Amino acid sequence: MHMPATQSSSEIAYNGSMKILVIEDDREAADYLQKAFAEAGHTAHVAGDGETGFALADSGDYDVMVVDRMMPRRDGLSVIAGLRSRGNTTPVLILSALGEVDDRVTGLRAGGDDYLTKPYAFSELLARVEVLNRRASAREAETVYRVGDLELDRLSHSVRRAGREMTLQPREFRLLEYLMRHAGQVVTRTMLLENVWDYHFDPQTNVIDVHISRLRGKIEKGFDKPILHTVRGAGYMLKSG
Amino acid sequence: MALSVPAIMRTTAARLSALYLLLFALCAVLLVLYMTSLSARMLTAQTQETINDEVLGLARAYQRGGLPVLVRVVEQRSRQPGANLYLIADANGQILTGNVQSLEPGVIEAEGWTTEPFSYRRFGEGELERQRNPVSDPNEPAQNEVQAEGEKGHNAIALVLRLPNQMIMLVGRDLGEPERFRAVIRRALMLALGMMGVGGLLIWFFVGRAALKRIDSVSEASRRIMGGDLSGRLPVTGAGDEFDRLSENLNSMLARIATLNEGLKQVSDNIAHDLKTPLTRLRNRAEATLSGKHNTSDYRQALEGTIAESDQLIKTFNAILMISRLEAGYSSESTTRVDLAAAVHDVVELYEPVAEEAGVTLETSVQGAFAVNGNRELIGQALSNIVDNAIKYSTDSTSRPTVRVTLERIDGEIRLAVSDNGQGIPDDVDRARVTERFVRLEKSRSQPGSGLGLSLAKAIMTFHNGRLALLPGNPGLSVVMSFPGREDR
Repeated sequence: MHMPATQSSSEIAYNGSMKILVIEDDREAADYLQKAFAEAGHTAHVAGDGETGFALADSGDYDVMVVDRMMPRRDGLSVIAGLRSRGNTTPVLILSALGEVDDRVTGLRAGGDDYLTKPYAFSELLARVEVLNRRASAREAETVYRVGDLELDRLSHSVRRAGREMTLQPREFRLLEYLMRHAGQVVTRTMLLENVWDYHFDPQTNVIDVHISRLRGKIEKGFDKPILHTVRGAGYMLKSG
Repeated sequence: MALSVPAIMRTTAARLSALYLLLFALCAVLLVLYMTSLSARMLTAQTQETINDEVLGLARAYQRGGLPVLVRVVEQRSRQPGANLYLIADANGQILTGNVQSLEPGVIEAEGWTTEPFSYRRFGEGELERQRNPVSDPNEPAQNEVQAEGEKGHNAIALVLRLPNQMIMLVGRDLGEPERFRAVIRRALMLALGMMGVGGLLIWFFVGRAALKRIDSVSEASRRIMGGDLSGRLPVTGAGDEFDRLSENLNSMLARIATLNEGLKQVSDNIAHDLKTPLTRLRNRAEATLSGKHNTSDYRQALEGTIAESDQLIKTFNAILMISRLEAGYSSESTTRVDLAAAVHDVVELYEPVAEEAGVTLETSVQGAFAVNGNRELIGQALSNIVDNAIKYSTDSTSRPTVRVTLERIDGEIRLAVSDNGQGIPDDVDRARVTERFVRLEKSRSQPGSGLGLSLAKAIMTFHNGRLALLPGNPGLSVVMSFPGREDR
């Protein structure tokens, strides 16, 4: 597996360290996640079954929870539903070996915020967890996103860089909007495909890369400073400087 | 079929028969009891009526001429054939006249109807000795007709009256006749019951055993099938009865299981083939990296290659799983109305930059809005696989590479066609074979992809009750997704 502690993590600007609860019954996978989160600068606690996980989540103050779906004693969906009914709004990422459309739908309906199918790359999991971090989700309400000299107005649908207006296609606008909302965070190709195109499958060709290079052409052309970075082995990140 | 008794009792037919027999017997017994008691009541009432009439007549005789006339009438009636019982006794119970020789003690003490039938003895019956009661006439011929039945005498009911001069008169009637009648009814009912029981047993024996035999042949056949012979089928006699219907349904079920089993086998073969190869590659790469002398960047490169290869493996694996689930009749809750025009627009927009980069013109022709019941994700995935392929294969076009996506209604079907103007599929290749799993034509081996794209698209079309067809273009290839066109499915 790809460990995040190498170059990709050094490029990422964190919104500080997160307190993560991992509810996963596979001991080895849980240990790996704990170690990997630690190397990425976060603190992870591990619960080996649903009941323990529920008790920990109910008492502790976590930023994000990673919950396996199939577990002994209490399954993941029931844990999430239980927490939600008690008013716990901690963002939850569901990990599951079941990856069909219906499974994802039931997972999200139970109160999950994101769904990742096993096997997964840790870089993908980390990127999603950091985007889920509740302390980072304040940008939802903002109407104007600014990253360096790049400015996106969500109401007038206009994009400027250093005061210069640029024309984007509707989909390019949504792509940039998503990247700017999560500026400073790694955004993976799958996340873009899910959030910008609403598709949950892997296209045979890496179509996202081509869309990104188009967008990059528009927002970086004529400027010497790159703003849309490629994070090797993970995805993309919008960051000034 | 030799069955021991406990074995017979283990069969449903026998248990049911036993239960029915029990219920039937219970009903029959109740019926017999009711019938006999009813007839007994009726006969008693009739007897009492007769006695009342008698008494009325005697009362008139008494009024007419007093005791002497009464005695005469009694003596006269006593002699008639089949006569009732008459008795006149003095206040002390000493029998004066009538046709009763002796009575159960105490009967004439109480006035009114006798509460219980009592036993009595007529003159001259049983024994031939002419023991005379002083009151009776020794020359009475009436005794001749008295039947000599039973030594203990007969049962009768009677009305006991006290005359104004304190003498006692008894008028009664023998119960022999009603009792005989009751016995006849009871015997008849018992016989009928017995015959019905025997009939029931016979019917069970023949009908029940026939049913048992059929069930046994079915379980015999299913044992064979469970033993591993999935091609085996249950016997169908052609009678079209419940057993045949059961067998037919079970046979269809077996056929479905066999198909699924076959699919499973194919999947495992495919997994073995197409996952083992890259896994071997993966392993060899790791081994080669470990064995040689390398610097850090070599290791990094090897590890990155390993990750890329694993990701491809995961993709392949997911595709195989998805195809299997779709083919196994995966039922989706997330089926909605899908606007095909929007689906085309989305996929074309997704692939437009890729096409442009490859120097391929991507054209769309959508005639009208078309909605089908289905899953937007799946349709999008199928279409993007096909468009992806078309872009790849149109690059070897002799003219300007073009991929054209057409959505139209033809012959009640909604057709979504993706046509390229590349080299198409060589004529010597069976076109249908291309949609089989992992079939990749020789010249496309160099292109990236798992070889599952078209198979997945085909499975998705099957899931949507549609078809996937590969038609020769001129030039190139046209992949047609046909959806059933009826508005409400």
